[in-house]
Amino acid sequence: MTPTLILAIAGGVLIAAGVYLLLERSLMRILAGVMLAGNGVNLLFLVSAGPAGDAALVGADPETIADPLPQAMVLTAIVITLATSAFLLAMSYRSFQLEGHDEVADDVEDAIVRRRAEADLSSEAYVDISDSDSESGGRDDSESGGRFERETGSRAEDEEAR
Amino acid sequence: MDLSNLVPIPVLLPLLAAGITLILARHPAWQKIVSGTTLGLVAVFALILCLAADAQGPIVLWVGAWPDGLGIVLVADRLSSLMVLVSSIVTAIVVIFPSRRDVSDSADGAPVSVFHPTFLVLTAGVSNAFLAGDLFNLFVGFEILLFSSYVLIMLGATRERVRAGSTYVVVSVLSSTLFLLAISIVYGATGTVSFAQLPERLAALDPGLQLVIQLLLLVVFGIKAAIFPLQSWLPDSYPTAPASVTAVFAGLLTKVGVFAIIRMQTLLFPDSPLTDLLLVVAILTMLLGILGALAQGEIKRLLSFTLVSHIGYMLLGIALGTVAGLGASIFYIVHHILVQTALFIVVGLIERVGGSTSLARLGGLASVPLLAVLYLVPALNLGGIPPFSGFLGKVALMDAALATETPLALLAVIAGVATSLLTLIAVIRVWQRAFWQDRGEDDDRVHSLRVLPRIWVVAASGLVGITVLLTVIAGPLTDFAYRAAVDIQGGAYTVAVEEALP
Repeated sequence: MTPTLILAIAGGVLIAAGVYLLLERSLMRILAGVMLAGNGVNLLFLVSAGPAGDAALVGADPETIADPLPQAMVLTAIVITLATSAFLLAMSYRSFQLEGHDEVADDVEDAIVRRRAEADLSSEAYVDISDSDSESGGRDDSESGGRFERETGSRAEDEEAR
Repeated sequence: MDLSNLVPIPVLLPLLAAGITLILARHPAWQKIVSGTTLGLVAVFALILCLAADAQGPIVLWVGAWPDGLGIVLVADRLSSLMVLVSSIVTAIVVIFPSRRDVSDSADGAPVSVFHPTFLVLTAGVSNAFLAGDLFNLFVGFEILLFSSYVLIMLGATRERVRAGSTYVVVSVLSSTLFLLAISIVYGATGTVSFAQLPERLAALDPGLQLVIQLLLLVVFGIKAAIFPLQSWLPDSYPTAPASVTAVFAGLLTKVGVFAIIRMQTLLFPDSPLTDLLLVVAILTMLLGILGALAQGEIKRLLSFTLVSHIGYMLLGIALGTVAGLGASIFYIVHHILVQTALFIVVGLIERVGGSTSLARLGGLASVPLLAVLYLVPALNLGGIPPFSGFLGKVALMDAALATETPLALLAVIAGVATSLLTLIAVIRVWQRAFWQDRGEDDDRVHSLRVLPRIWVVAASGLVGITVLLTVIAGPLTDFAYRAAVDIQGGAYTVAVEEALP
């Protein structure tokens, strides 16, 4: 099997560009990255199909036709990439509708756990038996890692927005 | 009737029903009946398949009977038919839960009508991934289940779900791209993607190239199975979905990844078990997952972390590469699918009854004894308390690890015991805080199961009952798992596929 060098290089470049864009936070750039990388992989399928040949039609000489199987697989892959792109576009638009931008935000619960760790507090799942009075309500803001402050804060924002 | 014609039914029936439920979009009650009956039927067919595969070896269907093995092949051997059976039982029970309010949650005008069709497509994708007889069909099965999971995880498209869903979608798309890349390399190197032909042709390749392919596939399936260090997407994305969706995701989707790892390790690369690498990964998955769980203050997130951690147990059995290890892994997968789903379903009930899943807000739920029992039984099961299947599965895994007598396997056993204890601490903390802690004085919510539809309580009790039943049928089930492992190691798969060639 003789691979085509140009196809391989083009595929590699596309995947590299795709990976670069995938590392961005904006969903639109990620979408562009997914499409580039997907097409790069599709090119690699053509490389793996071996040398070019005639169209694989019924009745053609089996010796001279190109390998039809990778073409079938690429076709499936293209359809899937199309569906992925459509879905990512819709998701990005929805994110824009909700937030005004399409950047993927940090996880809220993660942030709480991180803040507690920085403040050197025990985890929220920890039950302090010796001092159950102050713990039981859990309303103390330093104990909750800002959970309640955040919630009342966002509620105030909501009201403002209204 | 030829039994092999039963093989595609777990894929076809849900797809057909998905179409019907889409037509019935304006009649939610009918949708529920159609999808419930379909999934029940699939479970029955899966049971028949499972018994048949046990009696007469792998059942193979060359779809369309194209000459020379050109078409797609579906294979139901002991392992895959058992997986299809368990997954169809889980989906048939979970589909009872979503109600209009649950699925739409807080968003106004959420498209409830898409839930049932998407859920059915998800089931079809899971079955297709289990039954696939070649790498590309496995990829297609993955894509079917992933696409429906994208929709399900963002159901209603609220702010929180879009954010969490974005992470999930991007990670999944990346793993799909890598999978496609791996397939193109495999095809370029061997000229085939069939599981039956690959072992022989892969073995003839240069060892370096073999290792590249194996590691690439391991990364792909590792992302799906959420093994360390590819696990961080899971606890961020699963907890925000509706409870019933999270339940089925946690129970099934990661296990499809584990199943793919089993297929790859045993079928494609039987001579290169990578035992050391996989053992180290398994140990780290177990420990880091459970340490993450201990830091959480939200039940769904806590359970997502225990999910990650327990994937490590399954990986441990696979890493050993022995029949005992594989058999124990298969048993553990069955146990974990059911228990994890049951726990998430019960947390869904807790959320309804207590109004939250945050440990800082819940309390006093012990006034609802049935709910307490429903939580405690699967929780103790997950933690590995003796009469339950979690204990049996862990003992079987540790037995298998100790039998290999390597220092790393011994370390894995120690890590496994530690993880088991830490899991117990994590779930018992939830028990203490949510069920026994005093409630805040301003909290005047009355806890009662009356807020739940009665069928939910019945279905949840049924699911918890099944997890307990696992202890009773543990004997036959482990025997089946070991027979499946012997099957896999003995190469029955390849022989059966070639014999069935039209």
